[in-house]
Amino acid sequence: MTKPAADIRPSRLDKAEVERNFADIHPPLSRSEALIEADRCYFCFDAPCTTACPTGIDIPGFIQKIRSDNIRGSAHTILRENIMGGMCARVCPTEVLCEEACVRNAHEDKPVEIGLLQRYATDPVFENSTKLFERAAPSGKTVAVVGGGPAGLSCAHRLAMLGHDVKVFNKDGKPGGLNEYGIAAYKTVDDFAQREVDYILSIGGIEIENGVELGVDVTLAELRDSYDAVFLGIGLGDVNELGIDDEDLPGIENAIDYIADLRQADDKSTLPVGCNVVVVGGGMTAIDIAVQSKRLGAERVDIVYRRGPEQMGASEFEQKLAQTNGVTIHHFMRPVRVHGADFVTGVELEKTRLDRDGKIRGTGETLDLEADVLFKAIGQKLDEILSAELDGITLERGKIVVDESQATSLAGVWAGGDCVLRGDDLTVSAVQHGKVAAIAIDRQLRS
Amino acid sequence: MADLTSDFLGIRSPNPFWLASAPPTDKAYNVNRAFEAGWGGAVWKTLGEDPHIVNVSGPRYSALHSNDRRVIGFNNIELITDRPLQTNLDEIRQIKRDWPDRALVVSVMLPMNEETWAKYVPMIEDTGADAFELNFGCPHGMSERGMGAAVGQVPEYIQMATEWCKKVASVPVIVKLTPNVTNIVPPAKAAKDGGADAVSLINTVNSIMRVNYDTLTMYPTTDGMGTHGGYCGEAVKPIALNMVAEIARHAETADIPISGIGGITDWRDAVDFLALGASNVQVCTAAMVYGFKIIDDLTDGLSTFLDDKGMQSVADLVGKAVPSVTDWQYLNLNYIEKAVIDQELCIKCGRCHIVCEDTSHQAITHTVNGERHFEVIDAECVGCNLCVSVCPVDSCITMQQLTDGTDPRTGLPISKEPGNWTTHPNNPMRKDA
Repeated sequence: MTKPAADIRPSRLDKAEVERNFADIHPPLSRSEALIEADRCYFCFDAPCTTACPTGIDIPGFIQKIRSDNIRGSAHTILRENIMGGMCARVCPTEVLCEEACVRNAHEDKPVEIGLLQRYATDPVFENSTKLFERAAPSGKTVAVVGGGPAGLSCAHRLAMLGHDVKVFNKDGKPGGLNEYGIAAYKTVDDFAQREVDYILSIGGIEIENGVELGVDVTLAELRDSYDAVFLGIGLGDVNELGIDDEDLPGIENAIDYIADLRQADDKSTLPVGCNVVVVGGGMTAIDIAVQSKRLGAERVDIVYRRGPEQMGASEFEQKLAQTNGVTIHHFMRPVRVHGADFVTGVELEKTRLDRDGKIRGTGETLDLEADVLFKAIGQKLDEILSAELDGITLERGKIVVDESQATSLAGVWAGGDCVLRGDDLTVSAVQHGKVAAIAIDRQLRS
Repeated sequence: MADLTSDFLGIRSPNPFWLASAPPTDKAYNVNRAFEAGWGGAVWKTLGEDPHIVNVSGPRYSALHSNDRRVIGFNNIELITDRPLQTNLDEIRQIKRDWPDRALVVSVMLPMNEETWAKYVPMIEDTGADAFELNFGCPHGMSERGMGAAVGQVPEYIQMATEWCKKVASVPVIVKLTPNVTNIVPPAKAAKDGGADAVSLINTVNSIMRVNYDTLTMYPTTDGMGTHGGYCGEAVKPIALNMVAEIARHAETADIPISGIGGITDWRDAVDFLALGASNVQVCTAAMVYGFKIIDDLTDGLSTFLDDKGMQSVADLVGKAVPSVTDWQYLNLNYIEKAVIDQELCIKCGRCHIVCEDTSHQAITHTVNGERHFEVIDAECVGCNLCVSVCPVDSCITMQQLTDGTDPRTGLPISKEPGNWTTHPNNPMRKDA
């Protein structure tokens, strides 16, 4: 199982092929396609798709407006509930949200393509910088938003709309959070994440400072002193451990770090890619890193997941996407040992089964996979440094506890997105948290 | 196989589908193609006096589309033939010689004086055409000149012109009626009184399709100005069916043969017209939207339908539904139906609920035991059929008759005895039973 050196190198495929592989995975609908698809919407009463949407977009309403060629009105219907309706149209797992709820499934097993219609309605807004939202009269209040990701920006936009002045403290070099640094590149091409951020900020009243980290450059106490309210949309900065020996061996990498590099690379063919890539995990991140590795030219990509297909965080569509891209998914397998002295050369897997209580048990049966790179995609957790900073805020299982209005246990502090206990790692949920928090903050500031 | 051959006024054709007088029958080239495709007959596009009229060289047609651009309704401002009379006469003669088994009828439109009719009718008949169809229906352009619908809207003119034509014609005369009247029976009666052998209907309905949203002018226009056209296609079928049935069921017109026209697109539309009293049918818009090939579905579908019904020929079907058409006052007010939703078929879109809730009788649930569930509340349901009409799933909601017990809505026992408005106690004009 040993090799002279890890086979990790750039340019496994030429630049043109990589560009083709990273083109828009769901190309936008033409007007004809959109009109025909919109015609399939039944305009349901109390529509199940709207109920299934975490942000509660009036889906039949916006589709009706597409039918009548009222695209700007349609976009407004979408964006007034979800200011990131453009990104969500691209990255939402619609097959487990609105499109799963579509009654067309009962009728003909083929839902209305809501995600694509949403993109059709919203794309022109970002292309033309169409102004759809006005700010209310200035309230004289200021709010600090920590985190420039979907939760933070959604909160900031709604607060700005409601007349408050917002300062966003963003850790990264660019705003956008996982929209900019996470998410498979072929789901959001042409720098859409930044165009969306620009649109959000264009409402005015939002100042953003990049490269500012909570607990390092600024403290929560300072923010509480200086602002009328604080919103934490700080995400989960650390990656969970595999819990096996030699976890820091070269070749073992965090999937999210590699995805971030991939998103920022101008020429993706220059990224080093392993010949044999093993991904540990069963969520969207696992699929994203596996498929992208394959599309960058990895010879062989294996996903290892310790439970079955039903338990995977990745939707059935995503699982199929991996498989049709030539990725092998090993269910009921877990890594128990890495091979290699100076760098990873392989990984030993053990078969697992679920016992009567649903707990994972090793069977003792093992399998070796060659690996030049082993990606960890087994979930994230709050940054170590923040745990101290969040003193006074109730945490549970390493995440922030919030109530229905996204309020934390600390007065004047709200939170949303992946860092809160109810988070489900979806952009759309983060947007909803930010919106709900902004409405609650507004209510409090005006009371 | 049922016999599709048709005998209309002694004019035989291999099937009851004729192309209506319209652009598809303007030239020998088109009519040849139609007969090659299998059409039973054609009514030649309307001939007028020489010198021939002229048409606009801009938009003559426009359509009402569904979102996937299926043509639902169709509008035209084309006038009668704009070719020299002799050209048409020569081509008609040639077509009739080439296709002796097909019906070839010539549509005519002439000014309201007898001499003109006396001059042109024999010339046209000399082509060997099987019959005349008098165009008293064209609603645009020609009506401004006192012809077309301008004649069809005045029963006395219909009778007069029909008489002039009958005086000199030895072949049958069909009078084509305009729907742009309040009651179709008097024009039909006038045609009959003038000696017409049959009526055909409907011609097109006055229409403006829409506005151009950029220019805020009507659409379409010719150099910025537009005029109303004639509306046809699937959307007008119900209007046509009513008029056909009115003529078929009224004693003074019941015996005049009818050639049914108006939105016939597939064979079921033809069944509608035939069962409501037409002896054959004419088609234009569907051919203009899909081409002549639709004749395959029309003939094959009708033949299969007749077989399934155990009918030997088209004649067996003609008029079958006419006895079921009556005045509202004779409907049985003691008859009670309730909607029933098949829960196996229901896809839970809730359209039935919201339309009943917002616009009718609040007779359909949306939640039962905390679950999304749509069910008819018999105590509120008046049996209006709205839910059936809007349900996207075929046969999911059906109307079922209550035959026993009491109507949960009124609390009254269900009467086995029919009772209509003529004897209803609320009717101040009631007749004693």
